[in-house]
Amino acid sequence: MTAIADMPEVPRAARRPQTGNPALRWLRANLFSSIPNGILTVVLLAVLAKGIFSFVQWGIANAVWLTPANDSSACRAVRGLGACWAIIPEKYRFILFGTYPFDEQWRPALSVLLFIALFYLSTRRALWRRELVLLWVGALALISMLMWGGVLGLSFVSQDRWGGLPVTLILATFGLAFGFPLGILVALGRRSKLPAIRSLSVLYVELIRGVPLVSLLFMASVMFPLFMPSGFNIDKLLRAQIAIILFAGAYLAEVIRGGLQAVPRGQYEAADALGLSYWRKNRLIVLPQAIRHVIPPLVNTFIAFFKDTSLVLIIGIFDLLTTAKTAIIDPAWQQFSVEVYIFVAAIYFMFCFAMSRYSRGLEAASGR
Amino acid sequence: MRRRKSLPLEKGFCAVTSDTPRPPPRRRLFGAWGRRELQGLFWQVLVVGIALAVIGFLWSNTVTNLSARRITTGFAFLGREAGMPIADSLLAYNPRDTYLWAFVVGVGNTLRVAVIGIVLATILGTLIGISRLSANWLLSRLAAVYVETLRDIPLLLQLLFWYVLMQALPAARAAWRPVEGMFLSNRGLILPAIPLGPPQLWVLGTAVFGLAVVYLIRRWLIVQQMRDGKPRPVWPFAVSFILALPVLVSVLLRVSWTIEWPELRGFNFVGGLTLAPEYFALLIALVTYTSAFIAEIVRSGIQSLPRGQWDAANALGLRRSFMLRQIILPQALRVIVPPMTSQYLNLTKNSSLAVAIGYQDVVSIANTTLNQTGQAIEAIALIMAVFLTISLSISFFMNWYNARIALVER
Repeated sequence: MTAIADMPEVPRAARRPQTGNPALRWLRANLFSSIPNGILTVVLLAVLAKGIFSFVQWGIANAVWLTPANDSSACRAVRGLGACWAIIPEKYRFILFGTYPFDEQWRPALSVLLFIALFYLSTRRALWRRELVLLWVGALALISMLMWGGVLGLSFVSQDRWGGLPVTLILATFGLAFGFPLGILVALGRRSKLPAIRSLSVLYVELIRGVPLVSLLFMASVMFPLFMPSGFNIDKLLRAQIAIILFAGAYLAEVIRGGLQAVPRGQYEAADALGLSYWRKNRLIVLPQAIRHVIPPLVNTFIAFFKDTSLVLIIGIFDLLTTAKTAIIDPAWQQFSVEVYIFVAAIYFMFCFAMSRYSRGLEAASGR
Repeated sequence: MRRRKSLPLEKGFCAVTSDTPRPPPRRRLFGAWGRRELQGLFWQVLVVGIALAVIGFLWSNTVTNLSARRITTGFAFLGREAGMPIADSLLAYNPRDTYLWAFVVGVGNTLRVAVIGIVLATILGTLIGISRLSANWLLSRLAAVYVETLRDIPLLLQLLFWYVLMQALPAARAAWRPVEGMFLSNRGLILPAIPLGPPQLWVLGTAVFGLAVVYLIRRWLIVQQMRDGKPRPVWPFAVSFILALPVLVSVLLRVSWTIEWPELRGFNFVGGLTLAPEYFALLIALVTYTSAFIAEIVRSGIQSLPRGQWDAANALGLRRSFMLRQIILPQALRVIVPPMTSQYLNLTKNSSLAVAIGYQDVVSIANTTLNQTGQAIEAIALIMAVFLTISLSISFFMNWYNARIALVER
């Protein structure tokens, strides 16, 4: 491999005479700096060109973009040669909002926008104050009101009719909103001097992190009725949400513990010297510093949860991935699942990519 | 007896304190226990009490519910006949075997995908991580796109995608043949294989033995080099013990190494090694997804080295391969190994997504068992036991390796 060849980047300009066209110079420095490098570039270009060519042929040139409602014959004709993007306009309402009453689907759509606004506002450094908690409480309450309805003239929609993107966002966001305080408590518990509390926290974190989320979700869907008094049962979505909160709590606790360890000892001692109580010490001195340290890994953990909510497919909850999978059960459109998966992958990608960009920006800012 | 000389300071010190009378010691409620200890005790009793109350509540409900449904708790059901089919397994199985054996077969399937996945993901991830640092702009961009795309799409979605692609492959008769003897069809990937009987395994055993001998010889050679500074090549020993010795044994014992080529008979393939579509899709999804994370770990590990290390190695005039092997990698590994451990654990835990495409790993088999017998608690407990064991073994191994490569500080 020619890789690593020039680690770390040696300023090439110093080695080569600064003559000729800047574009040519760039090409020479970055693509054809040596013979093996030049060969590699040519091979990669060939592979890339072939890949792009066949994708364009399948995805654009031969693709079917629109068909009359519920008629997939045009798609069948090009099967194997071109993509059937027509399935997206045909099914997008179901994929995005599931079985939510068709005429009321502006409500989940508005909820999705509210979620996006909430995430955007939470990234603003100027808003990192106590009031942010109020903002979250208010936004989540507003979203619950929109989704359920039953007030202000909105018709009531029970949560077994919810589906698609709002469910994915709800599972991830409520998982974070409740998992975060839980994680803080457990992280404090794990660093506590009290042996009983410390061992309980360790037990909780290690048990949850030791098993796959799939088995936790199975537990929530199968074993929960066994755990409760007979006749008492709660909705499947809420059970999955509880499993995700418990899961999130354990992982967030480990991230926050990392932050707590990064707070210098002097800060604790100074707080003790001021005579602050345990809770005031943590609330006013330690936690604000600890959490600031770990914001990039917290965002990464949130990306992981966002992706992991798709696992609820296995216990049959209608999140974005499940609605996509259900949309292609329709016999007329069965063969065009690749197109649907690409569409859904693009939605997940946009959310995760935005978050990972943000976390990278934060890391770069803290590194300066 | 000698009288101690009193220090002059002591007198003055006493005089100062005696001027302001000390306040009487605060009364303590319980002997030597202060407020802090009492508070600690209070919190511990409270938290443990709540935890015990919750567990007790759930436990009593469970006992009542189980007796109402006439399910007897305990692991006795493991001895019963399982009756579930397992399509693709590493270990021999038929539906008349017990639940216990079905579980073992499931663990075998989980390990089959996890171990091979870890090895392949490490290789692929390292290559991509190094490519991201390449001087070739195109290669590093492509590697970055690969990492960014795969990391930001849920694994389950990728798994379903690969599985759909597998199913869309041509039927066995029209199978693709990328290389002679290799078939890719909707029956999965079929490769030529060498049947391994006891004689062949003995020869492979000799090779493993040779590897161990070479390891010991290498250590001894390094000790020698430390004494007189002369480098001694290890490769003659490696060739003779790892290659020549097994070949010799194989020739002497007349062990046959015929390659079994798969061929199409009727609607299916006979002979060769078959990777079922479910297994193949799961393996591809796990390897590509995890390799994106590993690539980032490798990249940041290499970048974490101070520039001076490269400069110093260059200044010594070391060859590039030697520099990488002896200077860069040993230091980068210290940064790389701990996060790599958690990626290996993630891959193993993620292999449980197999249940979504019908590859029968331990979670899938436990789930079927649970549906057939209603032994929910036992089935989940077995899953937990299996994964905790695997996780602990991986962490144990990686911690051992980490301790081995860690910086020895004086």
